[in-house]
Amino acid sequence: MAILVDKNTTVIIQGITGKNGAFHAKISKEYGTKIIAGVTPGKGGQTVDGIPVFDSCEDVVKEFGKVDATCIFVPARFAFDSIVEACDAGIKLIVVITEGIPTQDLLKAKEYAKLKGSRIIGPNCPGIVTVQECRIGIMPPQIFRRGFVGVVSRSGTLTYEAVHQISQLGLGQTTCVGIGGDPIVGTTFIEILDMFEKDEQTKVIVLIGEIGGTAEQESAEFIKMHVSKPVVAYVAGRTAPPGKRMGHAGAIITGSAGRWEEKVSALRSAGVIVAESTSEIGLKVKQVAQERGLI
Amino acid sequence: MNLHEYQAKILLREYGIPVPEGVVVVSAEKAKKVAMRIGGNLFAVKAQILAGGRGKAGAIKIAHSPQEVYEIAKSLLKKKIVTYQTGPEGLKVRKILVEQGQKIKKEYYLAVLLDRSKEKICVIASRQGGVEIEEVARTHPEEIVTEYSEIFLGFPDYKARKIERFLGVPCSDIVKKLVNLFIDKELSLCEINPLVQTEDGKVYALDAKMIVDDNSIFRHPELERFYDPRDESPQEAKAKKVGISYVYIGGSVGCLVNGAGLAMATMDEILLAGGKPANFLDVGGGASLEQVKSAFSILLSDKNVRSVFVNIFGGIMRCDTVANALVQAAKEMNIKVPIVVRLEGTNVELGRKILEESGLNILTAKSIREGAELAVRKAGEYEEIKKGRRKKEDKEKIGEVV
Repeated sequence: MAILVDKNTTVIIQGITGKNGAFHAKISKEYGTKIIAGVTPGKGGQTVDGIPVFDSCEDVVKEFGKVDATCIFVPARFAFDSIVEACDAGIKLIVVITEGIPTQDLLKAKEYAKLKGSRIIGPNCPGIVTVQECRIGIMPPQIFRRGFVGVVSRSGTLTYEAVHQISQLGLGQTTCVGIGGDPIVGTTFIEILDMFEKDEQTKVIVLIGEIGGTAEQESAEFIKMHVSKPVVAYVAGRTAPPGKRMGHAGAIITGSAGRWEEKVSALRSAGVIVAESTSEIGLKVKQVAQERGLI
Repeated sequence: MNLHEYQAKILLREYGIPVPEGVVVVSAEKAKKVAMRIGGNLFAVKAQILAGGRGKAGAIKIAHSPQEVYEIAKSLLKKKIVTYQTGPEGLKVRKILVEQGQKIKKEYYLAVLLDRSKEKICVIASRQGGVEIEEVARTHPEEIVTEYSEIFLGFPDYKARKIERFLGVPCSDIVKKLVNLFIDKELSLCEINPLVQTEDGKVYALDAKMIVDDNSIFRHPELERFYDPRDESPQEAKAKKVGISYVYIGGSVGCLVNGAGLAMATMDEILLAGGKPANFLDVGGGASLEQVKSAFSILLSDKNVRSVFVNIFGGIMRCDTVANALVQAAKEMNIKVPIVVRLEGTNVELGRKILEESGLNILTAKSIREGAELAVRKAGEYEEIKKGRRKKEDKEKIGEVV
């Protein structure tokens, strides 16, 4: 089952003729993902690694009928247009890898996607992997193992770190979702937590947050009320000084709510198991899995 | 990007929001001339640095004659101002804003920002201004009102009138204009603190802080002109140029990491290991030779760095590729401080082998925690050596790259 995507999900790549688009299209295809087409305006008729390229999403839909998901690699200043185009083509899952999209563009795009019944994941995210079934985005496929842990994160490499630890301990994942490091994200922690809670295969949830904003506190509230499965969390940035942006556009402490202490204490009071150190994420997962008799 | 007060006031003026008459200058002589032109016997002399807490740090002063303006300007220019936001090294004053002084009856607070969880524009107004809004929120929450609006609506008139009634000062027009400015220029914060009513009943924006959304600046050339690399530390300016995220923190353990989340986590591990990180540095997902070299040169230009902790998760970029880049950079750059490398991910064994067989004295660690502890210890040892308390031959034992 897993969440969001599976082996039947049909995927297109917007920006497939760019360096990253082409590179990751190939890896996703090798992973077994149904990459049916790519889109780059003006390059229709070409192929990338055997994948046909079209001028527009509309053309792809005309050719193949329904398309389930798209992965957007286009440069930041064109990303808004690509999202709107995907919405108009009826694509319901829009994964945006692009970093540096203006906040107002994303607000408008998200509003429009809602009207059209589409979901945006990202931007500035590593994408989604449902283990051994579907890879959308840029995550390194070889670190995953099939298992019962659902992972949701605001960060890329920190996600790989957690996934790797879980796999090294002999456990594995169902689906891993990067929601992105921007101040406004298409899909929030809470929505993904809800999906994991309802997913039968997922038995343990890992949440990786960071300083800035209040997404972790809102997650804590949600977990308290609606999540019965054990949640292991890690929050990056306890050493980050206020007022400075830590790489991610969203990782900036303004006021007290964005601070590490606030986030961790909210999560703890919701019964979440908090790993203080990155090195402990995998171990905490294993520990809770043993306690629940899952292994 | 943060804007200087005088830059923010240029935008306020452009949008018809009243600000005191004033001119930004770079010399004490000019400051005096400006004061003479403004006239009267009350002036504000304000150092333009990108930090809050200027008042308490003595960077904002009142003068009663052009001569006094001259003297204050002279004492402030080129001086380093230290506030709670600048760090101990302070910020150098290069520009001064000379303004007509105001006789203030009451101070207020007004700000427009984006509420991240509601995904709406948020206007915050307070009957107590001139102090930190967080402080008012804690001690006198009843003095603050918050109104939200969808970004595509702008800000409805009735909400602006509601804020005006709450504050008890004619400002609905200012609220509307401030929201328009926020949306048009794609700001992430637009704050007037204080908004004042003078004894003769006029309303002015006395101080302003604005933050521009860096991601939207490509379509705002009128804001791009406000960027001055001298406002950032030399390291931050250089990093921006080569596409690396770098933030100065001030400790002794330099960090070189791929990915923002992992870079923050690495700093945290150094803290847990009893040390202090010197910096945040995200070299990007790739970690190519050129990026690694730039990263080393940026973080080593901080003279307080006593060891470097390289923490790379090789995903798509394999560990052997990263290891080769590290070895080559260390060789070419003749790095003296101890380097601790923790590699994980694809081809990790091969990567470690390359580092160990490089002939360089790079130390490897198997986990983040082990790496952080080692880097902290090496930083301490190197500090001792720097102080000359150890014999020269001991040097080889602590992993120097020569």
